Amino acid sequence: MRKFDTKVQHLKYKVLKEVARLAFSGELLENVTDIPKMIVPGKEPTMRCCVYKERAILAERVKLAMGGDRSNPNVIEVIDIACDECPVVGYEITESCRGCIAHRCEDACPREAISFDHEQKAVIDKNKCIECGRCAKVCPYTAIISRKRPCENACKVKAISMNEDKTAKISNEKCVECGACVYQCPFGAIMDKSYILEVIDILKKSNNNEDYKVYAVVAPSISSQFTYAKLGQVIAGIKQLGFFSVVEAALGGDLVADSESRELSEKGFLTSSCCPAFVKYINHEFPDLSGNISHNLSPMALIGKYIKSREDKAKVVFIGPCTAKKSEIRKETVKPYIDSAITFEELQALFDGKGLDITTAAEDLLDNASYFGRIFARSGGLADAVRQGLKENGITDFDYKPLSCDGLEECRIALLKLRARKLDANFIEGMACRGGCIAGAGCLTHGEKDKDQVDKYGHEAYEKTIKDAISVLK
Amino acid sequence: MKLTVCIGSACHLKGSRQIVEQLQKLIAENGLEEKVELIGTFCLGTCQTGVSVKLDETLYSLNPEDIKSFFEKEVLAKL
Repeated sequence: MRKFDTKVQHLKYKVLKEVARLAFSGELLENVTDIPKMIVPGKEPTMRCCVYKERAILAERVKLAMGGDRSNPNVIEVIDIACDECPVVGYEITESCRGCIAHRCEDACPREAISFDHEQKAVIDKNKCIECGRCAKVCPYTAIISRKRPCENACKVKAISMNEDKTAKISNEKCVECGACVYQCPFGAIMDKSYILEVIDILKKSNNNEDYKVYAVVAPSISSQFTYAKLGQVIAGIKQLGFFSVVEAALGGDLVADSESRELSEKGFLTSSCCPAFVKYINHEFPDLSGNISHNLSPMALIGKYIKSREDKAKVVFIGPCTAKKSEIRKETVKPYIDSAITFEELQALFDGKGLDITTAAEDLLDNASYFGRIFARSGGLADAVRQGLKENGITDFDYKPLSCDGLEECRIALLKLRARKLDANFIEGMACRGGCIAGAGCLTHGEKDKDQVDKYGHEAYEKTIKDAISVLK
Repeated sequence: MKLTVCIGSACHLKGSRQIVEQLQKLIAENGLEEKVELIGTFCLGTCQTGVSVKLDETLYSLNPEDIKSFFEKEVLAKL
């Protein structure tokens, strides 16, 4: 199926779609236990040892699609019975080692962890090995492989460990809810909780936007998604779901760029606040540096705030690529402005659950923000927008030195340097996902061309400057 | 008096920013900041015609070039 990168995403989507379909028609309660059998109807297993296990796991997915464990504040959850308990040995010498005489692996190892047995084959001393992978890179026979769990590998904040029964465990004290493990687990054993039922409920109770109006705030990364249809058709589809109007979160990006540039020139140093996972990472691992976090709300929250300032009964739903946003909207500072948040994956499930074929819809419009607000979706975009903000605000005496950190590993290095007072920059743009929001875990697809798509979409904006875009908001 | 200008996508592309700018200017020139409240909103539900502008509860469909006469005929006259 063209819509998703992996079959795990597709499986998750099938569950979300069924839950959405039944919720739209008001039959969820009486049919919820039948969903696993609807998805795995036969007697032959296609994914696990037997259909019963498949269905048991699907029942867990249904729970997550309906909001998951409410006693756990983390939006990311492990489905214990779906976890395949992958080995955790890390780098390992395989049968392919021929016991050569070059010993590149030994030379490459920075910790003298490699020795050779009586057959001259390499052996790794696990007490010395730091899992750097240099030996694997230099072996001419590719005889050294990493057997690290994909979830642990994906998690750059080291929040994943192992339970006694070897299933994966997430530490809520460390997890920043970026969703990298969700996207990487090959068994789909880690999932983000879904709030599609909340959204369907908001839409239904609006009484066709008569009792209150429901606004969709859409992230600019949508430009690299739903590639099988035109963006205007996606907007039309969102309205067909029952939303009153669709507004670009990127216009909130313009607001951020404008005030962030002013705040930066006043304070002299800032770390960005747009990415909720980056903010959480600082608060968890670098609490001593949290005073540097920009005081701006995220683009999503700012535009929600504007909408609600104009209409106190309005409801606002964020649609984006991000799992961490689902958590950001529960923060006291954001709660009043955003009522729910879903991902692009979930939007697709809502379309199909309602039986909408957006490829046949007449194109609608989406044009509120400037180029600069729109490029927030990719790494480097926020830093570019702040540069423009400084220019448009006439701030010329500030020597702007931005550092765009692409992914949590780069964020970590920059924060360590900052702590050691060795950072040659005065603005850190931190994005938890490599590539920026376009690589978010809730995206349908993640591709090489996504960055170009965002830039193209940016250039299509009617407004060319930040000030012009935000002038209508005053 | 409340003047609401739609700044949703369709109206935005038809010139709502230019309309907001002109209205801001006209309000200032006539010293009406206290009497006329100018606000934006994301949709007034009439996306098919010109830019939707609401004067209290009456809906108008305007283009940027209509603003001067609209302001004189509708806003100033009703104050």
